[in-house]
Amino acid sequence: MKRLREYIDRIKPHFDKGGKFEFLKSTFEAFETFLFVPNKVTSSGCHIRDSIDLKRLMIIVIIALFPPLLFGIWNTGYQHYMLIGENKTFLETFWYGFLKVFPIIVVTYITGLSIEFFFAQIRNHEVNEGFLVTGLLIPLTLPVNIPLWMVAVATAFSVIFAKEVFGGTGMNIFNPALIARAFLFFAFPSEMSGDKAWIAGIKDVAIDGNTGATILAQAHLGNGDFVNAVQKPITTLDMFIGTIPGSIGETSKLAILIGAFILVFSGIGSLKTMLSFITGGFIVALLMNFFAVNALMSIPAWQHLLLGGFAFGAVYMITDPVTSAQTERGKIIYGFLGGVLAMIIRILNPAYPEGAMLGILLANAFAPLIDYFVIQANINRRLKRLKK
Amino acid sequence: MIKKDNNFNTIKIKKGLNIPISGEAEKVILKSELSCAYALKPVDFFGVIPKLFVDINTRVKAGSCLFIDKNNPRVKFTSPVSGIVKEINRGEKRQILEIVIEPDKEIEYERFLIKDIEKITRDEIVDTLLNSGLWVAIRQRPFDIIANPDDKPREIFISAYDTAPLAPDYDFILSNYFNEFQSGINILKKLTDGKIHLAINGTIPVLPFYQKLINVEIHRIIGKHPVGNVGVQIHHINPINKGEVVWHVNPQHVVQIGNLFLKGIYEATKIIALTGSEVIKPVYYKIIAGASIKELIENNIKSEKVRYISGNVLTGRKIYKNGFIGFYDSQITIIPEGNYYEFMGWLSPGFKKYSFHKVFLSSILPRKKKYNFDTNMHGGERPFVMTGIYEKVFPMDILPVQLAKSILASDIDMMEKLGIYEVAPEDFALCEFICPSKINFQEIIRNGILLMLKELK
Repeated sequence: MKRLREYIDRIKPHFDKGGKFEFLKSTFEAFETFLFVPNKVTSSGCHIRDSIDLKRLMIIVIIALFPPLLFGIWNTGYQHYMLIGENKTFLETFWYGFLKVFPIIVVTYITGLSIEFFFAQIRNHEVNEGFLVTGLLIPLTLPVNIPLWMVAVATAFSVIFAKEVFGGTGMNIFNPALIARAFLFFAFPSEMSGDKAWIAGIKDVAIDGNTGATILAQAHLGNGDFVNAVQKPITTLDMFIGTIPGSIGETSKLAILIGAFILVFSGIGSLKTMLSFITGGFIVALLMNFFAVNALMSIPAWQHLLLGGFAFGAVYMITDPVTSAQTERGKIIYGFLGGVLAMIIRILNPAYPEGAMLGILLANAFAPLIDYFVIQANINRRLKRLKK
Repeated sequence: MIKKDNNFNTIKIKKGLNIPISGEAEKVILKSELSCAYALKPVDFFGVIPKLFVDINTRVKAGSCLFIDKNNPRVKFTSPVSGIVKEINRGEKRQILEIVIEPDKEIEYERFLIKDIEKITRDEIVDTLLNSGLWVAIRQRPFDIIANPDDKPREIFISAYDTAPLAPDYDFILSNYFNEFQSGINILKKLTDGKIHLAINGTIPVLPFYQKLINVEIHRIIGKHPVGNVGVQIHHINPINKGEVVWHVNPQHVVQIGNLFLKGIYEATKIIALTGSEVIKPVYYKIIAGASIKELIENNIKSEKVRYISGNVLTGRKIYKNGFIGFYDSQITIIPEGNYYEFMGWLSPGFKKYSFHKVFLSSILPRKKKYNFDTNMHGGERPFVMTGIYEKVFPMDILPVQLAKSILASDIDMMEKLGIYEVAPEDFALCEFICPSKINFQEIIRNGILLMLKELK
């Protein structure tokens, strides 16, 4: 380590102002601080600081994303082999999924990080850590059969237009990962829905009926009982464990619950937002049950929570601190609104049976307004004191 | 939450954080020898522009004026000891940093008015305080600046419960000064038509010392830091609104004020705690205000790579090796400097790292209770990302992040609406400590207050 440190100290001057690689300063800094927490000491204010920094924070979120990621990789293999009717060992299944999922992650990171580095460089900023999480969130929201070039285009679009134009990490209004997904959804709907998107290798196999469609799509079409790739009925346990077709990270509610526990325990994810999102969605689904006229409306409210991207959105998307409401009271309203919108769009929208993505993006748009009212209430409390 | 309990208000506050830092002072008071030098530091007095009254080699007595405030010439800053002005140290732009005095062997005192407490008038009190230099011990909210002698405050607050890291125990410090403390309270009582509020440690039964006091309303405070901050106490006892002014005084200064009117001299003795993990023998010392720490640290620190802080680790001021104790401080903290690199530190399991957030294994494992903190930043500065964490260590009905952002935007109207009148930088110290984006909250708030002062002029 000492050698490495000495080497870095030796080449450092080249990247400082006036050095020959000055144009790569941010890039150098990013790698330097990646390798070593800087030796900077406090100069004003508190003399001691908490050991946490943004890198650590992002790492914890990434750790919280690992359960759905690992399960998603395995499930990719599992769905594939189930479809083609082969029995494989756990490792073979996982390996197959890994070969499908890993390229998507790599493409996302390479595209996103190079844009981030570029912007940091022209702004003369340090490179922010935010994309480390976004870069993993994007693949987890995508169907496994998505062409890699589309992943690259969507990532580039979201990093530039959802994030950098607003000023970078911490400044964006909309969740960049969801913008990437929404971009793909509207630009390439055929790759993002239907029955060819969700199971790896399905394009090479002749299929019939509901094969390969997500449960929500099946309910949307109203073709009777939910079935999996080989026409076997899907149980509630399957929905909970996640052995169903769907976006890579969204299927396993168990894995998502583990992630939620990590986020809430560490204090990074807001339990308030998660619960109010789920409550909002549950109440709408319950109301729909009363007036049920079709299959989507008559799915029991509790089962709705196990379907589609609702749970994934509740834990990893609506809680994004940057695009969420910033005030504690605001978070309750914001989460609730997000849940309500997600479920309304899912159930009532005639075009496509998934609402978590759009519900959360809409809630993002409302977050500043919600905060405005919470702040105003705080101001009014102070004014009232004055009048007394 | 306020409830009456045995004639004392009890205020329980849940939010806050006690940082588990090692190096608490043992409850023993050593009497320090006369120090080699004493100093008064204009930088200790926020917003004051000093105009010098002395030159090098001027002879002064304890209580002689060293400088005045240009903005408010009635406010005098006086020498804590008698002796000769040895140095006037200046910094950038010739800003006066400290006026150093070489003390006499025997201290000579300026004489001030002694009069029966019943007969003394408010104007006489104000003049005596101003002339003796003890006026500057009285600070006001809003803005946490020296009180304006032309104001009449709504109420006066005294916090005898310091909850800052390694803070001195005022119950212990005050125990031998009942008469002086009571006399100081009686004097302060004449300065306001309102009440004198005294906040004390509520986690123990009310000591006889406090039970015997008159002319004060006592509040038992229970909670974690920053509940000892007078600003937090004011907020929960009787918050200030736009246009109102309250004053607050450190209990040791109440003792000095009491002494001034009992003996007619400015006796600047106080008891300080020498604390921090790098101190070999952390104990209390009886010293004279403004003393050099040279005698206290001689053969008493563990290494050379340390930071000397006058005050506590959250709000104190960095001083140099033989530097001087700040006017308002009752504590010296010495901790290791942290100028080292840490390989992949953000990825380490963190068995020995302390964090308010549960992001290191240290928060899962039942391990040691105290940590040796150093001055490392533990990361680079970033924009605001996290929300909802700052409120957990900010026990006021004020939105800390929104207030800070309104200051960054220089939006005076919004700053006013969001409560700038109620806060001081020290109230935001914990927000700054726990911030993953390493944002300097205290500096932001200080700038906001400066902006308000400029605006109101």
